[in-house]
Amino acid sequence: MADKLISKIPDGPLAEKWTKRKSELRLVNPNNRRKLEIIVVGTGLGGASAAASLGELGYNVKIFCISDSPRRAHSIAAQGGINAAKNYQNDNDSVYRLFYDTIKGGDYRSREANVYRLAEVSGPIIDQCVAQGVPFAREYGGYLDNRSFGGVQVSRTFYARGQTGQQLLLGAYAALNRQVAAGTVTSYPRYEMLDLVVIDGQAKGIIARNLVTGKLERFGAHAVVIATGGYGNAYFLSTYAMYSNGSAAMQCYRRGAYFGNPCFAQIHPTCIPVHGEQQSKLTLMSESLRNDGRIWVPKKTEDVMKLRKREIKASQIPEEDRDYYLERRYPAFGNLVPRDVASRAAKERCDAGFGVNENGLAVFLDFSDAIKRLGRQRVQERYGNLFDMYFKITDVSPWEEPMMIYPAIHYTMGGIWVDYDLQTTIPGLYAIGEANFSDHGGNRLGASALMQGLADGYFILPVTLPDYLSNKFFEPKADTNAPEFEQTEKEVQARIDRLFAVNGKVSVDTLHKKLGNIMWEYVGMTRNEAGLKEGIKRIRELRDYFWENVCVPGTQYTFNQELEKALRLVDFFDIGELMAIDALHRKESCGGHFREESQTPDGETKRDDKNFMYVAAWEYKGEGKEPVLHKEPLDYQFIKVATRNYKD
Amino acid sequence: MDFNLKIWRQKNAKDKGHFETYRVTGIEEDASFLEVLDILNEQLIREGCDPVAVERGCKSSGPVSFDHDCREGICGACSLFIDGRAHGPDEGVTVCQLFMRHFKDGATITVEPFRSRAFPIIKDLVVDRTAFDKILQAGGFISVRTGSAQDANNILIPHEQAEESMDAAACVGCGACVATCKNGSAMLFVAARVSSLALLPQGRPEAARRARNMVAKMDELGFGNCTNTRACELECPKGITVAHIARLNREFLKAKFSE
Repeated sequence: MADKLISKIPDGPLAEKWTKRKSELRLVNPNNRRKLEIIVVGTGLGGASAAASLGELGYNVKIFCISDSPRRAHSIAAQGGINAAKNYQNDNDSVYRLFYDTIKGGDYRSREANVYRLAEVSGPIIDQCVAQGVPFAREYGGYLDNRSFGGVQVSRTFYARGQTGQQLLLGAYAALNRQVAAGTVTSYPRYEMLDLVVIDGQAKGIIARNLVTGKLERFGAHAVVIATGGYGNAYFLSTYAMYSNGSAAMQCYRRGAYFGNPCFAQIHPTCIPVHGEQQSKLTLMSESLRNDGRIWVPKKTEDVMKLRKREIKASQIPEEDRDYYLERRYPAFGNLVPRDVASRAAKERCDAGFGVNENGLAVFLDFSDAIKRLGRQRVQERYGNLFDMYFKITDVSPWEEPMMIYPAIHYTMGGIWVDYDLQTTIPGLYAIGEANFSDHGGNRLGASALMQGLADGYFILPVTLPDYLSNKFFEPKADTNAPEFEQTEKEVQARIDRLFAVNGKVSVDTLHKKLGNIMWEYVGMTRNEAGLKEGIKRIRELRDYFWENVCVPGTQYTFNQELEKALRLVDFFDIGELMAIDALHRKESCGGHFREESQTPDGETKRDDKNFMYVAAWEYKGEGKEPVLHKEPLDYQFIKVATRNYKD
Repeated sequence: MDFNLKIWRQKNAKDKGHFETYRVTGIEEDASFLEVLDILNEQLIREGCDPVAVERGCKSSGPVSFDHDCREGICGACSLFIDGRAHGPDEGVTVCQLFMRHFKDGATITVEPFRSRAFPIIKDLVVDRTAFDKILQAGGFISVRTGSAQDANNILIPHEQAEESMDAAACVGCGACVATCKNGSAMLFVAARVSSLALLPQGRPEAARRARNMVAKMDELGFGNCTNTRACELECPKGITVAHIARLNREFLKAKFSE
């Protein structure tokens, strides 16, 4: 079956690959487009921009979202910015440099051709968004402003205060609304995809639950696009939204789509630390804060102890007694090292006993130097809303005392395996944005998620999908009375019935928290063989316990949030297990995946290029069976593979 | 901390609805209001599954349904009226960013859905706000095709103007303005979008149509008229001011004169 993993990367020089592929891709005549139906699941940056662009081309699009409005998708919460190789700052940025930084940041585990294309279309994304009326930050002369993010030495990040994701999503949502008004896109809010329908090996539709009436409904189409984001909520506590889930991805996986690099999850270094047992989610403090904030812990253990007992304040510790450990360890990049590096460095200091909050799991992010250097006004303009947010949550003002931060699960680089055209191993099924695996390798750089979501949705999928559809216009869209629809709906119904039949006493959230604890402990920031094996065992035990003890109150045919959560948790068990299996097999460290057995003497990641320079694509083999590993070798033809170095 | 939560329960759109009061105890003061609802729901699920409690006559209405998602104040999903105020007693926040330290220990807290004619109740505290989507579909966009834009730096926008546009664009579409307005008007919501675009050079050719169509759609969907009480701006979690309503009015008048 390995022949399914054909990446379809065009031949030729790197800079010409996308142009070449575009010239080969078949087209659909405008009159035939309206005969073709496309289902898009998810309304974040990827889904909204794809649906809007496809609708604009004249296809019939149905778009589904689990919230009450497409605008709630979690892209809305991205704070810091979006990268683009515009070189507006004249700091010698270029498409090549953005490509290079992204490959290096991903620790040489992403596809050269995909990443280069991403960098190529980054500029037009900014043009598009500005034309839509996205109010990016401006300099006094009226030109666009930029800032820096981790892992790079140029300023290429465009931003709209600390609400860049919100503004970009509102732009894509507006484009979507325009198509809804034009009648090319039909919007289905409060609908949740519960399975993929495959007929003759091709994706032909979905089964979705109307979340208000509770009814299962069938939707047929000529192609299906998954844009449902990442699966980091397997850890329960994360910076994801509460509704974010990996269920659509898992449904596709069970129907035959391979899953790429599931163990690559990003742990973001600057989140507000966990405060207690009753917490439901973690809040990110934008990476942009590391432009001006300095990260430190005390040098002296006695200061740590006094801080924990609240006998002294951070601001009372003199300069010479502070350990700016990122500046110390990584002089070239300082506080702007990539996320995985910054997260592990924080963990290292906390494990060594220098964590500064009561439970010893926090470090400082200090703005006192920036306030002195830039003045309060400038700092207010740059980070005002983030400071307010921090104050609202913690009741401590970053104007007076440094913020306390700690790493948290934030993004998943892994996802559904796709070829260069963003098509999965199931013909007619595409995956875009965070839902696919393709562009970020072992670690995503800051401000690149927004870039990828919009690249896929505005500029790549609307070009590649027609190639598949080009010979489909004479076929009527799938008949929802076909036996495959019948059968798939039956299976979904059986899953729901089984959940209600358990009739246990333990709430879904309680079990989800237990899964989260297992994931964080055994498949977290650092991993080892024994731990991963133990983790897999515990996940399986917990899944068995779930099926005997879960309580799903109410009935199917009503608005039932407990049922929604239970269905998602069933899939999180499978994702968690798959992440651990993948992490166990990848005996090297790379990017966010840190295997304790594979590190340098000074505690940095040690890759094993000889044995692991490939994409791990997992094939589902049935319930209770081990998945099968397929390898897509990563062939670096244009870039010199090197050890990632942020020290000099 | 301990609280009594007096919560609106309503099975579905047709049900009349009623209040039920529950007690929650041992709440951390750093817990958010939505986390307290999580804790309450845990409790209700436990009681509902407890045969002893059921035998004693405990008639659980099950866990309380409420909209929520990002829990960091930006998605605009949460929509609770707490002690008579949209998003509760703290200023400038959505419910997910409302923390229990703002309440008195032992207090009875009343929780209702956002009530307005244009926002029918789906269940308990969950309302249908698709009317907002429909207003934006009537014209809350700039008609630019994907891929047809000029270089971004060809459009110059003074810093202050971009900032003011951003002030309006910060709207999260929660509906607090509508729920607060005695007329159930959506003027602040419509103004946020119209004003944000009106401050930019992009999209001017369709500005008149935008203002006309969005206001007409708002009226059609059953939102009330604006009588300048300014209650909306007091309760807006994002601090959007009625200055934007003034700009909407100017845009609307200009559109009328251009007819």
